[in-house]
Amino acid sequence: MKLLRILATLLFAAIAVSPAPTLAGEGGRTPKPVVTIENPGKCAAPAEEMRRNHMEMLKHQRDRTLRAGIRGEPASLNACIECHASKKTGSVLGDGQAFCQGCHEYASVKLDCFECHQPKAKFKAAGLKP
Amino acid sequence: MSAPNPRRAFFAAAGAGVAGLGFTAIAPGLHLMAVGEANAAARPAGTAASPAIRWGLLIDATKCAPGCTKCIDACHEENGVSEQLPDPRQNSQWIRKIELVDRRNGRVTTLPMMCQHCAKPPCVDVCPTGASMKRADGIVLVDRHTCIGCRYCMMACPYKARSFVHTNLTEQSPETPRGKGCVESCTLCVHRVDKGQQPACVEKCPEGAMTFGDLNDPVSAISKRIAAANTTQVLSDLKLDLGVRYQGI
Repeated sequence: MKLLRILATLLFAAIAVSPAPTLAGEGGRTPKPVVTIENPGKCAAPAEEMRRNHMEMLKHQRDRTLRAGIRGEPASLNACIECHASKKTGSVLGDGQAFCQGCHEYASVKLDCFECHQPKAKFKAAGLKP
Repeated sequence: MSAPNPRRAFFAAAGAGVAGLGFTAIAPGLHLMAVGEANAAARPAGTAASPAIRWGLLIDATKCAPGCTKCIDACHEENGVSEQLPDPRQNSQWIRKIELVDRRNGRVTTLPMMCQHCAKPPCVDVCPTGASMKRADGIVLVDRHTCIGCRYCMMACPYKARSFVHTNLTEQSPETPRGKGCVESCTLCVHRVDKGQQPACVEKCPEGAMTFGDLNDPVSAISKRIAAANTTQVLSDLKLDLGVRYQGI
């Protein structure tokens, strides 16, 4: 019984110490997403927090901005896109190296922001020509 | 009282400031005078839309030129409305031009018709998910995050102001997200209004037929014009208290 408890403690400690799954495979067998980060170190929050909570931050911000009209919040999808769009394609989508699509493909999480939102930075909509 | 009392205007502005900006921003006088003007300064980052403001539009149909579609073009460009479907009846229509003809003498009046930004919007009443909503400053919007595309609001709107997006889109403006399966309508260019600018149609009208401003502010250009001239709310018998008013119809 005592042995079991020690084993359980050890196992728990191992889980707690081990890095997040996306960081796994440093020279190991697990493949990592190959995501290009264009402007590192300028994010609204530390990378660890962004990886865990960006969806919550965006979800709460979208309600505050649309429903209450609060603008200029630190978290905003347009700000993400302006900073993280690939310098090659100008977009956060496109291939496995694109900032949003790369990680979402790797984690197999559906990314439906861009069914409505524009994924390209500095995009100027043309509109219907008369 | 004959002349407007400047102290009264100051207190009205201060009241708007309390609601809109919070106590800290009241101290500098410049801010207070800017609040409530037709061309109000951009709302500071982090502050919510103020219920002290009621954004409105006055459209002078006597100045609106038949055949001119500059307001529609400006709206399409600003909001990235560019899709053209095989059935043109399915295209999104944020503004449309309406032509009124007097059958007796053939006199033609044209006017742009769009979301009237009702104070008591039927689209909000009927929405089953709460996606159709009215912002504190009177702008009626669709929250596409919760819109399920049932189109009940399109049925409820007496002005036929709403459209349904029938196709996948890729050319959206970053400021105006829009996509397949959601209902949409005029947003009064809410992204521009929040920056202290005027709606695109107002800015681009070559005849100057549209005036945008705060209906709650008695010294704004739009309030002064509504106080001076006879203006109409379309289908006023519905008593929806419209934000968009017409002159000369």
